[in-house]
This record gives sequence, structure tokens and C-alpha cells, in this order.
Amino acid sequence: MTALISLQQASVHFGAQAALRDISLTLHRGERLALVGANGAGKTTLLRLLNGLQPPSQGSRVLHRVVDAVPDCAAPAGGAAAAARAVGRPAVSAMLFQRPFLLNFSVRRNLQLALWLAGVPAAERGARLAGALQRVGLQALAGRPARALSGGQQQRLALARAWAVRPDILFLDEPTASLDPSAKREVEALIDEFGHDGMTLVLSSHNLGQVKRLATQVLFLDAGRLRAQLPTADFFDLHRTDLPPEAAQFLQGELPWA
Amino acid sequence: MNAFSDSLSLALTLISDPQASLWTIVGLSLRVSATACALGAGIGLLLGGWLAVSRFPGHALLVGVLNTLLALPSVVVGLVVYLLLSRSGPLGRWGLLFTPTAMVIAQSMLVVPLIAALARQLVADALRDGGDELQAMGAGRLLAALLLLAHQRLAVATLLLTAFGRAVAEVGAVMVVGGNIDGLTRVMTTAIALETSKGDLPLALALGLVLLGVVALVNLAAGLLRRGLPGGAGWAGGLGV
Amino acid sequence: MGLNPSVTPLLPAPGLPSLPRRRLGAWALAGALVTALFAPTQLLAQDKSIVMASTTSTEQSGLFAHLLPAFKAASGIDVRVVALGTGQALDMGRRGDADLLFVHDQAAEEKFIAEGWGLKRLPVMYNDFLLIGPANDPAKTRGKDIVAALQKLAASPASFISRGDKSGTHAAELRYWKAAGIDLAAAKPAGEPAGVGRPAGYKECGCGMGPALNIASSSGAYVLADRGTWLSFKNRGDLQLLVEGDTRLFNQYGVIVVNPARHPHVKQALAQQFADWVSSAPGQTVIASYKIAGEQLFFPNAGK
Repeated sequence: MTALISLQQASVHFGAQAALRDISLTLHRGERLALVGANGAGKTTLLRLLNGLQPPSQGSRVLHRVVDAVPDCAAPAGGAAAAARAVGRPAVSAMLFQRPFLLNFSVRRNLQLALWLAGVPAAERGARLAGALQRVGLQALAGRPARALSGGQQQRLALARAWAVRPDILFLDEPTASLDPSAKREVEALIDEFGHDGMTLVLSSHNLGQVKRLATQVLFLDAGRLRAQLPTADFFDLHRTDLPPEAAQFLQGELPWA
Repeated sequence: MNAFSDSLSLALTLISDPQASLWTIVGLSLRVSATACALGAGIGLLLGGWLAVSRFPGHALLVGVLNTLLALPSVVVGLVVYLLLSRSGPLGRWGLLFTPTAMVIAQSMLVVPLIAALARQLVADALRDGGDELQAMGAGRLLAALLLLAHQRLAVATLLLTAFGRAVAEVGAVMVVGGNIDGLTRVMTTAIALETSKGDLPLALALGLVLLGVVALVNLAAGLLRRGLPGGAGWAGGLGV
Repeated sequence: MGLNPSVTPLLPAPGLPSLPRRRLGAWALAGALVTALFAPTQLLAQDKSIVMASTTSTEQSGLFAHLLPAFKAASGIDVRVVALGTGQALDMGRRGDADLLFVHDQAAEEKFIAEGWGLKRLPVMYNDFLLIGPANDPAKTRGKDIVAALQKLAASPASFISRGDKSGTHAAELRYWKAAGIDLAAAKPAGEPAGVGRPAGYKECGCGMGPALNIASSSGAYVLADRGTWLSFKNRGDLQLLVEGDTRLFNQYGVIVVNPARHPHVKQALAQQFADWVSSAPGQTVIASYKIAGEQLFFPNAGK
């Protein structure tokens, strides 16, 4: 499995406060990780650390190079393109926030900006833009001011923005927490589809049902430390006895039927 | 109230039957202050945006200095620029003293702190909402600041109108560096000062009313333009600023 | 639909997103307007022009609006007048910010030349000062003798407004007090008879002629003014002309070209043209023809 990002005993301190301590983990392609834990456990900080928004105060973060699969269509066997492919490129990521920040422009302009910031060549932008809008079902609203969209539509636009840049990894920080139930379902469905399309997901969520539906692995954080990292089914296995005590307490608190 | 009613009727006469000299003076006022605001915007928006997104030792001090410069008296700016541009000064070779260019320079120096301080506040506030996302999307710090200014373009427009108001109403700087030369560097405010010192108070007040009227027209035009901008969204957008 | 990773390596961020054509047009129009705003000022710089430092009272008398167009018609030269107090005008000459001076303080002018800042002083014209005061004249100053008037003023409680701004008018005022034997610097000792030392009502405003007249008008005070400003002054209120015609009240004007040896950029030839024109027949005639309300203000006396 291709490694995308590795953390080695990474810690993050804000002044005297330690938000994350001694985190070691490796994110592989195709995984769908969920970060769970109480408020203040460090989920958002870990997401930002993984995504490179927050540098580690101690330890290290390594962004691995990704080698793309050779495309089916005929490409010149040798030459610069092939050499570059062999060397690989850093993994590309995108992030979704609980309340998406959309600029005070049209939907289309927001997407164009995202494509430009990601360095997508001008010739490709039009096609990617149209594709992204279609993927999330917002073609009809392309000309509307982005701020005029509903909560669910805005989050779908954020997903389109992410999809357009073809990220290897999609980070999601409580993506449906502010949405009404039907919007929640729409957005979750899209995230699920992205995951099935091959995007690696790292999701932070309070919604354990969502975690069960979307994630392949669950990481439990408590007071800045990574206490458990288990496949989803194992984590939620009610009969499991070797869960760390904090994780068990957390589950009991969050799952009233446990 | 005699002086006031005299001034009002005099102002109406001036506007309805204008002499060429009045419109020359009005035109020069608008040109000098608009150019100074354009220059000031170019420098001030960049400076303010950069200050909002940067962190370095002494940052707080620089912001403090900037906020202090908001209270810069216009005549002090005029004196500084005069000494710089005087033939005996460091930039005397350029021969800019007593020209409209010198007036533009002085007024730019006056509005840059205002624009920068307000822009810094705008960007800092917006950064809390969107700084993370812009960074996640790949925007560098300065680019994020510029994007946030574009995002808040209505507030920026109001900011620039404020700066224009400060520039067009000041007299200290343009009097000192322009010399109030008839036909060349005489603007509305220096003309008012001249008529006041000549004792022609009704005319001075009348010119003041004309100046206010012109600025009101500028604000009206800006308001109409804002409603046409995307994101202005008609009346609601205009009121929202 | 699968995610199709891009084949080409990621490129660094290229230029701005392409704007629709009509937006580009709007920006081009805006750019053209801005250029148009700048263009006229640049063209002006090509005209023949000189900068002349003069005094506020001369400019406010309206003489230049009358005199300079005639000179421009005769020579094609634009004279740009910067009006300041005499002291500031001379300082402007010393700094080299003016090509020539047109002021009325003979002592200061001669010092200016002695210090090497100017070439030669040419007398041009004179106007005169007047003592202005409230119509009922409480200090009984009315007459033709300025020195006697000031002595009576000092003996009375009436107010006197001094410009106090080191202008030519202010310098003249100080000379008259001195001629009247009154030492303004001395505070009036208690118990001394009135008339020795600074008058009780003496007030310095540090301002120009117009503002000084304004203050005098609104507070019923006396003030020394030049005839030009007085004739154009519109806010007279209760003020009247009380003392005139004393030859000591005559105020001589001189024109000086700034010395190019000290300031090489000075436009000596053009400035000399003006100095010569204004002190010869054509300029002198124009000066004599300037009248306010039918009264001549300035009396040409070049070469006398």
C-alpha cells in the first residue's frame, strides 16, 4: 500500500498547552480514516497537522511522493514525462471544513479560483470545472453568488472545489455537523462516492453513525494522544475487551445503547 | 444668518453660471485627490493586507506606528514633503515643488496610513473565517490577504471613499506643497482658505457648499456603481455595507 | 467514473484566471481614463514658466491677475506666483524654490542681496499703509500723522491688532511704533503713566492681512493695513480709514532675481525678462492702470 503521509512522534504545542503528543501514524492510499474523541481531544489539530496547515512543534511529518499509474492511452515510452512520472510528485490534498468558506463571488468563480490556486493549467480548467459541478449536481447554480446557496449546497460546492483539483487525500473536519438531515444525507453520500472512487479520506466526526458508514479505520484521540487505531468493525465491536479504558468510556458515553 | 443665506444663494449662482476658473479648481481638486487615493490604495491595501497575515518581531510596534499615523496632521505631511521636494532638499532635482504632482504625493502620504490600517482590520477579521481554507487551497499569505480584500470589495470601496473624503477636504498639505498658484495648483480647499483670509466670507462658504455638493455627487456615483457590482445584490447589498 | 490522476506533474501557479472579454474592456477604459487624468499636467510642464515668490497682501490686492496676463501676452512666459509672508518668500529664495522675488521690505531685501542670494534689487512701485479703526475713533487718531496717531493709541485702552507674522506689513508696523518711541517689548510697569511700553490693548494674531482685518472688524480694534487689501476687504463692519498720506506710510516694492551662482537651476533669463519688463515703461503702465473702485493702488517708481 502506498504511503502518502507519515507522522513520527509528532507533537503540537500552543504555548504551554500540548494539543497533540507523540503521534505516530502513516496514512496509506485508499484508506478511509475517522478521527473520534471528545471535544478538545485534538482531532482538528491532528487534521491540520496531517494537511500541513500546522507544523509540528516536535517530531516530524513526511509527505511522500506518489507515483501515478501508467495511463492506458498511448503515451511516449520514454522522454521527460515518463521520467517525471517515475520520480513521482508530492501527494495533493484538499480539505472540507464544518462551515465552508466561500468567497463573495459566483459558484463558477469560486471553482476557477480553486483550480488556479492548485496550479491546474488553463486549458484544463474549463473541463474540470464542468465535471466538478456535474459530479455534485450544482450545474444549474453555476452563475449564482456562492454565498446565496443553502448550507447543503455550499458544502456540495466545497466538495466540488475539492474534487476539481483531483486530490489524493480529502480531509474533512465535521463536514455535516451544521447541516439539516436531508443535506447531511446528500453530502455524506457524495463523500462515500468519492471514497469509493479511490480518494483517501481522513474524517473527523462526532457522528458515530457516520463514522461507521464511511470509515475503514477509526483513530481514537484522548487529551492529545492516539489511544487506539482499529478497523471500524473492531472498534465498534461491543464484545471487544482490549479497548483502552478511555475509548470504552467514550463509546459508552456516545452510544447510549452500549 | 445673513452670511449663511448669502452663501447659499452665492453657491447656487456659482453652480448655475459657472466661470471657467471654478470648474478648473473643482476639476483639479478631484484629479489630485482621486489620483492620491488610487496611489494610496495601491500601497495601502498591500501594506494593510500584508500586516494582517504576517508575523515577525516588531509586528505589534509597526501596527502601533500605523495607527498613530492616522492622526497625522495634514500640514505636517505638507512640510515634510516640501522639505523633500525643495530645491535645497534631497529630491530637489526632480523639480516637483509647486506642481499638482507634489500635491498628489503629499495627499497619498496622508491617506496611506488610513487605508492600510482599515484594510489590515478588514483582512484580519476575514482571516478568522477563511484563513485556514485559503491556506488549505494553496494560497500563500499575501495572496490570501488580496483574495480576502476582493472578497470584501464593498467594504474596501467604502474605505476608499473615506480616504477620498479625507484627501479632498484637507488644506494643509496642498497649500504648503502646491503654493496655491492661481491656475495651476489652486484647489477648492486652498481657494476657500484664500477667500477667508481676504475677508470674503460668503464666497468662502459658497465654495465650501460647492465642494460638499461635488463630494456628494462622487458618493452617489460610487453608490450606483456598487449596486452594479456582483455581490452587491441590489439595495440589500448596498445597505449591507 | 474513476479518479484519473493527472499525467503531467503539477505546474507552479500560472497567471490570473481569464476574465470575460467585456470585463477586460472595462479595465482598459478605466486605464485610459486614468491616463487622460494625468496627461494634462504633464503637458503643462513644457510651457515657459517661472516661479515668483511674493506676498499675500500683494496677491490679495488682485494686482497679479491684472499684471501677469499682460506680461504673458508680451513674452509668452507663465509667471507662477506663490504668495507667502515676506520672511517666507525670502526663505524660498534662499532655498532656491523660486526664480525671483517680488516683495516689499527694503531692509530685508538688501540683506538678501548682501548675503549673495540675489542678483540686484530693482525698485518697481509703492503702495501705502493705512491706519484703520472703529468709526467713532475712541483714541482720536484721525489725521495725517502716523506717529502721533500711534502715540495717542498707546495712551488709550483701545485694542490694536498686529499681524505678528514677520511679514513686510508687520515689519513696517514695528518701525512706526519705534518711531513713536514706544518699546513694545517692555511690559508696562505698574503705576507708570500710560504711553510708556506696550499698549494695553496690543494683540498679536500671527495671521495674514485679511484675518487681521476680520478680527479688528469684529472686535472694534485698530489695525495697520495696506491699501490694496483694505480696498478689496468686504467684511468692514464698523471700520473706517483713519490715517493716510503720511510719507512714512509709503511701502516700497522691489523685484530681485535669485542668484544662479547659488542655485544653478534658476531660470535666470526668463526671470530677468520679467524684472526688466515690470521696471520699464510697458510694465509700469500696466501697474498704474490697476484700480479698485476707481482708485489707483500702486504707484510705479522704477528708476526714480
